[in-house]
Amino acid sequence: MIVELGHYALIMALATSLIQSVLPLAGARIRDNGLMAVAAPAAITSFLLILLAFIALTVSYVTSDFSVQNVWENSHSLKPLIYKFSGVWGNHEGSMLLWILILVFFSALVAMFGSNLPASLKANVLAVQAWITSAFLFFVLLTSNPFNRLNPAPLEGRDLNPILQDIGLAIHPPLLYLGYVGFSICFSFAVAALIDGRIDAAWARWVRPWTLAAWTTLTAGIAMGSYWAYYELGWGGWWFWDPVENASFMPWLAGTALLHSALVMEKREALKIWTILLAIMTFSLSLLGTFLVRSGVLTSVHAFATDPLRGIFILCILIVFIGGAFTLFALRAQTLSPGGLFAPVSKEGALVLNNLFLTTAMATVLIGTLYPLVLEAVTGAKISVGPPFFNLTFGPVMIPLLLAVPFGPLLAWKRGDIWAVTQRLYLAAGVSLLVALAVTYFATGAPVLAGIGIGIGVWLIMGSLTDIALRAGIGNASPSVMWRRLIGLPRSAFGGALAHFGLGISVVGIVAVTAFSTELVANVAPGGKIQSGPFTLEFKGLKPNSGPNYSELQGAFSVSRDGENIAEIVSAKRVYTARRMPTTEAGIMTTGPNQLYVALGDETPGGGTVVRVWWKPWVTFIWFGAIIMSVGGVVSLFDRRLRIGAPARRKAGAAIAEPTT
Amino acid sequence: MTRKQKRLTIIGGGMSVIGVAVLLVLFALQDQIVYFHSPSDVVEKQVVPGTRIRLGGLVAENSVSRGQGTQVEFAVTDTDHTVAIAYAGILPDLFREGQGVIVEGSFVPGNTVFVADTVLAKHDENYMPKEVADTLKEKGVWQGSEATQ
Repeated sequence: MIVELGHYALIMALATSLIQSVLPLAGARIRDNGLMAVAAPAAITSFLLILLAFIALTVSYVTSDFSVQNVWENSHSLKPLIYKFSGVWGNHEGSMLLWILILVFFSALVAMFGSNLPASLKANVLAVQAWITSAFLFFVLLTSNPFNRLNPAPLEGRDLNPILQDIGLAIHPPLLYLGYVGFSICFSFAVAALIDGRIDAAWARWVRPWTLAAWTTLTAGIAMGSYWAYYELGWGGWWFWDPVENASFMPWLAGTALLHSALVMEKREALKIWTILLAIMTFSLSLLGTFLVRSGVLTSVHAFATDPLRGIFILCILIVFIGGAFTLFALRAQTLSPGGLFAPVSKEGALVLNNLFLTTAMATVLIGTLYPLVLEAVTGAKISVGPPFFNLTFGPVMIPLLLAVPFGPLLAWKRGDIWAVTQRLYLAAGVSLLVALAVTYFATGAPVLAGIGIGIGVWLIMGSLTDIALRAGIGNASPSVMWRRLIGLPRSAFGGALAHFGLGISVVGIVAVTAFSTELVANVAPGGKIQSGPFTLEFKGLKPNSGPNYSELQGAFSVSRDGENIAEIVSAKRVYTARRMPTTEAGIMTTGPNQLYVALGDETPGGGTVVRVWWKPWVTFIWFGAIIMSVGGVVSLFDRRLRIGAPARRKAGAAIAEPTT
Repeated sequence: MTRKQKRLTIIGGGMSVIGVAVLLVLFALQDQIVYFHSPSDVVEKQVVPGTRIRLGGLVAENSVSRGQGTQVEFAVTDTDHTVAIAYAGILPDLFREGQGVIVEGSFVPGNTVFVADTVLAKHDENYMPKEVADTLKEKGVWQGSEATQ
């Protein structure tokens, strides 16, 4: 019964969204307040309806109702409860429903908290959101209905893919979708502005919190996904330049650029047209990502069983929205008035540089991701574009950007003095250079690039510290004045510095792991020893064990350092009963920022076991840095000028927003 | 600087960055990509030894044999032709005889054994690497019904 209710709610939500797509837009055209006022209640109603549908699906998962095809295909009565919840989106249909739920959640937020928006802008934004919602609801109802029934109902389900039976599934997709789909708000604001033909600094201020929120969750979502793949797949890698990873990384790069260009637009009213374009581009990349992942054109862990119809449907949605938005942009962009002027050397100039490099980097990733598809469609040749391509293109584009990062926050608006800024960064530069030299000198056998890379990471870290120190007036004010200044700094200043600091931490982690990690594959018999990093592992042999829906062979290793036993690592090979599917459970020991990673392989005829051991120094810095970036986003989100909103269309809050530069 | 000069500086800077990126991409697309071949392609087209390629097909029945230490030998087939593979390391969880697989590596000059450094199997019981599925469909040995469930 609840299943039919959910299905019905989904259809009702489509009806509501269709109304919300048309009436408010017409209202904004003919200046009819009554019609425009339809938008907000309609948005909230769709949200509640889709929430109901989502709850209905969750209930059928938790109660293991195998008469629902989707539950039968992806669940099992013995599956632990948490995976019955997260399993709702561990499949194509359910994850599309989550996608739409988050989309309407954002629409509802705009409806509820957008009271300070001009009525016509709000109506247009919500109408554009409703177009997207309607398109995807059609998609779900026509090609991917999670509420299809089976008759007769099977007795037992086919279980969730074991790789997905992990806490990561509870966290990674919701966070990632909050980010992906959160950019829809920026898209809707951009399209609404184009329809309106009017755009100013206030627009940027309204869009900024949404961009920030989406960026923050996307950052955390990508980091979480990376860590999940790292420990779950048992391959020891944290990023594979897999097309699906790229699909989430491209909106992140564009979104990061948007975050920075919106800053220029808000403070200086420059880069308007560019910011609009970026907003459209970012969400277009999110849609492209959804298409790549959901259509099954790619080989990946994310591609569930696929159906060509779905791919074509999403491709149509993609073409209509991206094509439509860019056409509108082409037609209307000239009507937007150009913004303020600035010198090439200025904060605006630095942010333009940031945008230039980020979008170029994004383009290289885009080419690397799509080229195999295009080539196969055109010539039939099948190729794979792997890490070497991205290392050669993405890497060189990012290095100058990373070098430039510490300069940006220190430059003045309009016209900056690069020489004065350089002087202020002497200390940061000195420290980084020393670290780079020390790394090159002490780490014998490491590539020279490692020293440079770590130096760049330290440069980012020191640069962000310098930024905060200068703003607080360290060195030319008394401690109490300094403290008051530090407390009084706007949250966004801390947020920005934290994000750059986190970036530096991640860079250090990435470089350290790339340069200094060691990998060893060995065939060991019980009692055999393996040397990895500073540790010695002794293999204690395999012993069987069983869990609720799997049985496993556990291999235990005792880890010792300098003859002293310090820990035990257990790695396992599991077989999930329902699907007869084996997985590798890596054994990981974390010491400080480093990790020792052990994966079991097959048993060999002589009674041994193939074991793969990695020593990964500083590896946790990669994700730790990303988390710091996210925290920076959250801190920035609580900035006063965003909290109090921007009731006036111009200038309001400018005095608060701009600290000493 | 005049307005025009400022604009030129910015546009010129932008163009040079994009130009360098384009060169890098073109260079990388020339050298850093890996072609996918089926065992029949390998036999028919004569892949130059030393070129990195991906080879995909089914793991031939009764072909897997373990050697010294971590050495494994097996064969990849598309039912018309079969290529012997040598690999040192851990095989993926879902590696099994009769199942789809993609290996990456190269032929050693003067030898018909393909030396793989990477072996990719699927992540999911119901999933076949797309390239392999296409190859098998061409050969008419596709029996999967993955797409319809």
